[in-house]
Amino acid sequence: MSDLLELKNVTKTYSRGLLSRVSTTALNNVSLKLESDQPTIMTVAGESGSGKTTMAMLLLGFIPPTSGQILYQGKDIQSLRGEERMMYRREVQAVFQDPFAVFNPFYTVDHLLSVPIDRFKLAKSKSEARDKMVEALTAVGLRPGDVLGRFPHQLSGGQRQRINVARALILRPKLLVADEPVSMVDASLRANILETLRGLQKNYGVSIIYITHDLTTAYHIANSIIVLYRGAVMEAGEVDAVIKSPQHPYTRLLIDSIPWPDINRRWGETEIKAKEMEISEAGVGCRFSSRCPFVMEKCKQEPPLFQLMKHQAASCYLHEKHPTIEPEKLSDLLPV
Amino acid sequence: MSATPSTIMTNSPVLQVNNLQVSYYTDAGRARALDGVDLTLTAGEKLGLVGESGSGKSTMALAMMRMIKPPGRIEGGQVLVDGTDLMTLSDEAMLQARLSEIAYIPQGAMNSLNPVIRIGAQMMDAIKAHQDQSTSDWISAAEMEKRCKQALESVDLKSDVFKMYAHELSGGMKQRVCIAISILLRPKVIIADEPTSALDVVTQRQVMETIDRVQEQIGAAVILIGHDMGLMAQFVDKVAVMYAGRLMELSKVRDMFTDPKHPYAQALIRSLPSLENKGVFNGIPGMAPALLQLPGGCAFHPRCSHVMEVCKTQRPQPVTLPGGQILECHLYSEKA
Repeated sequence: MSDLLELKNVTKTYSRGLLSRVSTTALNNVSLKLESDQPTIMTVAGESGSGKTTMAMLLLGFIPPTSGQILYQGKDIQSLRGEERMMYRREVQAVFQDPFAVFNPFYTVDHLLSVPIDRFKLAKSKSEARDKMVEALTAVGLRPGDVLGRFPHQLSGGQRQRINVARALILRPKLLVADEPVSMVDASLRANILETLRGLQKNYGVSIIYITHDLTTAYHIANSIIVLYRGAVMEAGEVDAVIKSPQHPYTRLLIDSIPWPDINRRWGETEIKAKEMEISEAGVGCRFSSRCPFVMEKCKQEPPLFQLMKHQAASCYLHEKHPTIEPEKLSDLLPV
Repeated sequence: MSATPSTIMTNSPVLQVNNLQVSYYTDAGRARALDGVDLTLTAGEKLGLVGESGSGKSTMALAMMRMIKPPGRIEGGQVLVDGTDLMTLSDEAMLQARLSEIAYIPQGAMNSLNPVIRIGAQMMDAIKAHQDQSTSDWISAAEMEKRCKQALESVDLKSDVFKMYAHELSGGMKQRVCIAISILLRPKVIIADEPTSALDVVTQRQVMETIDRVQEQIGAAVILIGHDMGLMAQFVDKVAVMYAGRLMELSKVRDMFTDPKHPYAQALIRSLPSLENKGVFNGIPGMAPALLQLPGGCAFHPRCSHVMEVCKTQRPQPVTLPGGQILECHLYSEKA
C-alpha cells in the first residue's frame, strides 16, 4: 500500500517586517496521509485565517513549507525535478474559488481545454484532442455543443466552474485540490457541482481535498473532515460523527452558527463569547482558548489530540480522559 | 395578520413598490431586468429577496435607491417610502432621501470604505451631507461625533474604531462599520445586498444578529437580498422569490419552507442540503434564461415540471391565495 500524498509535520509561518520579525503561524504541525488505492474525499474546514488556503498552496507546491515535508508518492515535492515534476504537476490538479477570475476573457473555452492537452502531449491529432475535450465535458454534465467555442462571459458561474473541473479531469489527475469550489456559485447550482465532484471520485478514482468554510456542503460530499483553527487541528474524524456530534467547543460553535435552511432549527444556541476585537494575535496554548466558554487554567498549554472514538479525535482538554494520539497518526483514524 | 396593511393606519406600509420596471439597453437588444414587481413592507418587517444570479435582485435594490446607471433605465413604477414616491423626487431631494429615508448596504460593502480616511471622518461625512442649513436643528461636531460613536457601539464595536483606518479592522468589523453608517440617520428602510457573503459562518451570525438588533431599535423595515436560503430561514419574516426579473412567490417564511407553492420555489427548497438527506443533491435542471431572449409566457416554463399549454403563451398574473401567499403561476390562477 503506497501513499499518494503525505504531509509530515508540516508547519508554515509567514514573517513580515524587515527589522522586527513578526511571524504568523498559518499552519502548525499538520500531518496527514492519502492512500493511492482508496480514493476518498477529505474536507479541510475552518473560518478565514484558519490556514486552509495555505494548505492548498502547500499541497500544490506553490509555496514551500517552513518545516516538515510534503511527500508525493514517497518523494518530497520540493525536490522533484524534470519528468517527475511534470508527472506531479499533471496528477495533482486544482479547482479554485472564483470561476470568474480564472478565465482569460480573450480566449474561448476550447483554448482553455486544449492548453493542458498540448502541454502534456495527451493527443496525437486535433480530432483526438477534441474527443478528449468532449469526453471531459460530458463527464462533468455539460453539453459540449453548449460550451465549446464560447467565450467565458457567455457562460454562467456554474458552467465555468464545471469547465474548470473538466480541465482538471482531462489530465487524469490522482488528486484534486478544490479550494472553495462552490462558494461563489448560486445555491441552486452548487448541488450540480458537488455531484460532479463526487462522480469524479467514484467513477474516475480521483481523491479530492475539499477545502471549505461551509460545513453543510462538506457534510454532503466528504468522507472525513479536519477542522482547523488558526493553523491547528481542532477536531478530525468521520464527517458524520464530527458534524452530528461535534466534541470540540470550536466545532460546536461553527456548527451552531450554520444557518440551516430549516425553519425549526434556529441558530445561535451557543453564545459567541469573544468578539473579534478581544482576540489576541499571539498566545500560547490552545489557540481557541480566548474564545472558548470552557477555558481552564490548563489550556495555556497546547492540548494534544485525544481519540474519542474509532473515527473521531479532538484537541481539547475537556476530553483528556481519552487516550491521546500522535499527530502523525491522525490520518489513520480518518475513514476513507 | 390577514388584514391588508393599507387599510389600517397603525400598520400602514412604510415601503410600497408598484409595478417597478427596469431595462438595460445593450447592443444586442433590450434586457428586461425587472418586469413589473410589486412589494409592500410595514415598519419593522424583514423581507428576504432570493433568486439566482441575474434574476434581478440587485437591480431591484439599485432601482429602489434610484442608482441604476446607463445603459440601464427605470421605465416605470413607483417606490413609495412613507407615502413619498422616490421616483418623482428631484435629484437633490433624492440625495437627501438616501441614507435618511432609505439606506443601502451594498454587496461587499466593506470594500467601500476609504482606506486613507479614518472611519470617524467617513461617518461624519454622512451626517454633514444631510445637514439642512435652512433649519435650526444644526448639529455641532461634538454632537456628531457622539452620535457616530453611539452607532458604532450599537453594532458591537468599540468607540475607538472611530479613530481607526479600514485596514486595521477585520472583514466582519468593516461590515459592521457599514451597518453603523447605514443606521446613522435612522432610515425607514434598509436594503442589505448580500451583507455577509464574504464572511465565514461565525462572523456571519454576529453580523446578522447585529442587523437584527439595530433594526429593532430604530424600527426600520429591512430587505435582505441573497441566495442563501439558510440565512433567510433564520432571519426574515417573509420571502420573495425572484426569477428573470419577476416575483414568482411571496410568502411568510414558514410557508415558504414548509409548503412552497410555485414550482420554482418548490425546486429551490428541494435543492437545499439538510442533515437528513446526506448525499442527495437535487439541483434545478436547466439554466436561468438570458434576459435578452426571455421565453414567452411564464419565464420559468422551459424548466417547469408542471408546464401547461397556457404557460408558453400567457404570462400569469399575480394572485393572492387564502394563506396570504402571492403567486405568479397558472397553476393557481383559477383557484384564487
